[in-house]
Amino acid sequence: MALKSQLGSLFKNPTWRAALFWLLPAAFLGYFFYQPLLALFELLISPEWGFDLSTLNWRRVWSPLEFTIGQASLSTLLTLIIGLPGAWLFAKFEFPGKQTLKMLTTLPFILPTVVVAAGFNALLGPRGWVNLGLMALFDLNAPPIQFLNTFGAILVAHVFYNTTIIIRVVSNAWTRQNIRLQHAAAVLGATPWQTFKEVTFPLLRPSILAATLLVFLFNFTSFGVVLMLGGPQFSTLEVEIYIQALHMLNLPLAAVLSILQLLCTLVITIGHNRLSGRRDRTLAPGSPEVGVRIPKRGLERLVVILLVVSLFALLVSPLAALAARSFVKLEADRGERGEIQRGLTLDYYRELGFNRRGSLFYVPPIAAAWNSLMFAGITILITLFLGLLVAYGLRQRTALNAILDPLLMLPLGASAITLGLGFIIVFNRPPFSNFRFPILLPIAHSLVALPFVVRTLGPALQSIPVSLRNAARVLGASPGRVWREIDLPLLAPAILVGGIFALTISLGEFGATTFLTRPEYPTLPVAIFRYISQPGALNYGQALAMSTILMTVSAAGILLIEHLHLPGKDLF
Amino acid sequence: MLTVHNIEKTYEGKPLLRKVSFDVARDETICLLGPSGSGKSTLLRIIAGLENAEAGQILWAGQDLARVPAHERGFGLMFQDYALFPHRTVAENIAFGLRMQNRPKAEIQARVKTALETITMTAFADRKVTELSGGEQQRVALARALAPEPRLLMLDEPLGALDRTLREQLGRELRRILRETRIPAIYVTHDQEEAYAIADRLLLLHHGVILQSGEPHEFYHHPRNAWVARFFGLGNLIEGTVTGKAPLTVDTPLGLIQGCCESQPLSRGQKTTLLFRPAQAVQDTDNSPNRITGKVIDQVFQGEHYRVTLHINEEAMYFHVMLQKPVRIDEAITVGYDPDDVLCLENEEEME
Repeated sequence: MALKSQLGSLFKNPTWRAALFWLLPAAFLGYFFYQPLLALFELLISPEWGFDLSTLNWRRVWSPLEFTIGQASLSTLLTLIIGLPGAWLFAKFEFPGKQTLKMLTTLPFILPTVVVAAGFNALLGPRGWVNLGLMALFDLNAPPIQFLNTFGAILVAHVFYNTTIIIRVVSNAWTRQNIRLQHAAAVLGATPWQTFKEVTFPLLRPSILAATLLVFLFNFTSFGVVLMLGGPQFSTLEVEIYIQALHMLNLPLAAVLSILQLLCTLVITIGHNRLSGRRDRTLAPGSPEVGVRIPKRGLERLVVILLVVSLFALLVSPLAALAARSFVKLEADRGERGEIQRGLTLDYYRELGFNRRGSLFYVPPIAAAWNSLMFAGITILITLFLGLLVAYGLRQRTALNAILDPLLMLPLGASAITLGLGFIIVFNRPPFSNFRFPILLPIAHSLVALPFVVRTLGPALQSIPVSLRNAARVLGASPGRVWREIDLPLLAPAILVGGIFALTISLGEFGATTFLTRPEYPTLPVAIFRYISQPGALNYGQALAMSTILMTVSAAGILLIEHLHLPGKDLF
Repeated sequence: MLTVHNIEKTYEGKPLLRKVSFDVARDETICLLGPSGSGKSTLLRIIAGLENAEAGQILWAGQDLARVPAHERGFGLMFQDYALFPHRTVAENIAFGLRMQNRPKAEIQARVKTALETITMTAFADRKVTELSGGEQQRVALARALAPEPRLLMLDEPLGALDRTLREQLGRELRRILRETRIPAIYVTHDQEEAYAIADRLLLLHHGVILQSGEPHEFYHHPRNAWVARFFGLGNLIEGTVTGKAPLTVDTPLGLIQGCCESQPLSRGQKTTLLFRPAQAVQDTDNSPNRITGKVIDQVFQGEHYRVTLHINEEAMYFHVMLQKPVRIDEAITVGYDPDDVLCLENEEEME
């Protein structure tokens, strides 16, 4: 009795209560995130590795950094050139297909990089629609358009990925801007251009800056796109870490690059958070959809039509090309001679079930899909469990949270490649190396997904009014019953969204997975990456078929969130 | 039945409730009245067991409730924002407390049906609570609080969020239901009209202490001090200093005024506040020792009388005056007061 009441009073103190909730998540993060991170630093100073900084060839550090910054800046600039007019389009105009286009803008957030790379490959690659079409049309022997392994391919894919960030963030801020401010300016004698220059744009600037930094961060840490579309001659920091660690086995150099990468992303993330904070304050509450109009005739109408068409083309063409190409036979299988059977086919999907001789795996490709689902299942369980604990911890009113919250969110800024490298340095020994089953994979996926899950569950939990719980208590519900009757049903949509995030992130995760995957347990992205670069129409077709499956699952998830108006769709 | 004994509570280092004590008898509706921030809602939450007091006791029929958690107290609480469960229908909200008591399904259904009839919302049973209007939500909240047959019902500003017409209508309904159910009730409000209408007994809470308690008419006739008179809007309050004791004479900006005193005797030189009730002003000033003259700055016809506002010594005072025809603005008129009608009140004690 005395013990029970002592424990009870301990639990009444918010700091202790927060600490209890934080216990497991903190242990998980400490062991699986901060330990590998510290190991990277230790690697450079520990005599065990016999590494000497002075012998380091710094050119191999600076040159990828230079390229990373260069491509990220150029990609960001191009993204702004397309994204800002797009934001204007969404904020100001009503046009046919707006809802569809709006749905489409959510897709890139969740599509795995391998899928996007495969999509552009199916559109513009040597076996893609455009090249095969041109070859057939002009009877050419070689694909006329060299898209793969060019700098342009990297830029185009980055623009595809990030344009929607600019559009969503900026057009959101634009529509939320109080229309009366613009009316006030007009009444005070400002021309439309003056109103934009003096009122609208200054109020939008923080949002534009925040979105730009976010785009720059994503371009800076881009891995799959650069690896699959850029080819060997283009090495960003991420790709270089991967090559040095897994191909050159030069762990110390990889560690130096990782630390550099970590510092850069940290600076960018802090900058973005500052800007986001400012952005929230400067926004005067307005009513959305006020001031949205149908474009007038003439020039305005032409510009709007051009914008809508090009946005549709940008967002739809690679994905449509991918899906269509996976159902069409256009070229000879390996070893097949003479007349080619062209036309619709389900062969690429059927072949997923077989383990052909000479295949790249010990297992049929369809097994990769099952592996991916299994890892995703474990990831969902881990992230939802830890995410709920963290959300409840964050709800306690205590100074402890000011310290713990940023520690939790740091994995958001750290790249998956850095995480993967840290994992093989720290955990490539017993007990983990003894398991045949790569348990580290879902753990790594969980670290990547956890911040998103927490950002979904946290606000949902905060939004439950305390009086609802009090009402249930007064009506006779015990604490456990209150949780079951009030918290759980009200959290259910957020839990569903968090689960969808965890699922799609785990299914598509490529960076950390390349470090941790085992030959007998390939995941879908790994399988796609290996098949797509192999000769033979069958391998190519299978890669596209797998990409299409992955795309469908991810798209279904994000469209479900959008369609059900579940919380968290404005997470970005 | 309920005894609140010496409850103390601080909020962010400042005392919110200081040794608050009172009882609620069987069948009694008491009203906790006080301005916002006086600690009324906190006191309710402490009684409900949702918050802990730093000192003092809550007793039910003599039993200390300190170790009884909120969900085992069997009290009903109607929340200011109603706190209806948004994920449940109207009927499910009302059934919630009954389900927590693990009553049989058939009984729950029957009781929910009766409750819906009581609040005349039978047709709304399967509606979402988020689709209801404010008045409908209020009624559902009341039905939900009453359905499990609480030993004590607490209502936290139950009409606060409604517009005036609805308040009067629902206030009547609430009185009827409280009378019929005969459950002891604590009603919290900052609105004195509401308090008069609903309460058998009023408790006036100010700065964390119960300043005065009693039946509604006692507050009107015998306000304990100047703050109470001001809170209830009893009339014009003028400060002054006692200069003579028999008859009691006070030196005020209006001149020397004779008054009466109900509480402890006042001593010479003591500061006091005089209450001039507008309705007790007399127009025949010949026999009156207290005469007040001023220029009319406003007049409003109110049926029985005119409410005339006079400008007197930089102050505006208003009186109910019988007039055959309206007076002119800026015209000077005089009203008188019988010494027995001028109440000398204690000044507000300085709190903090």
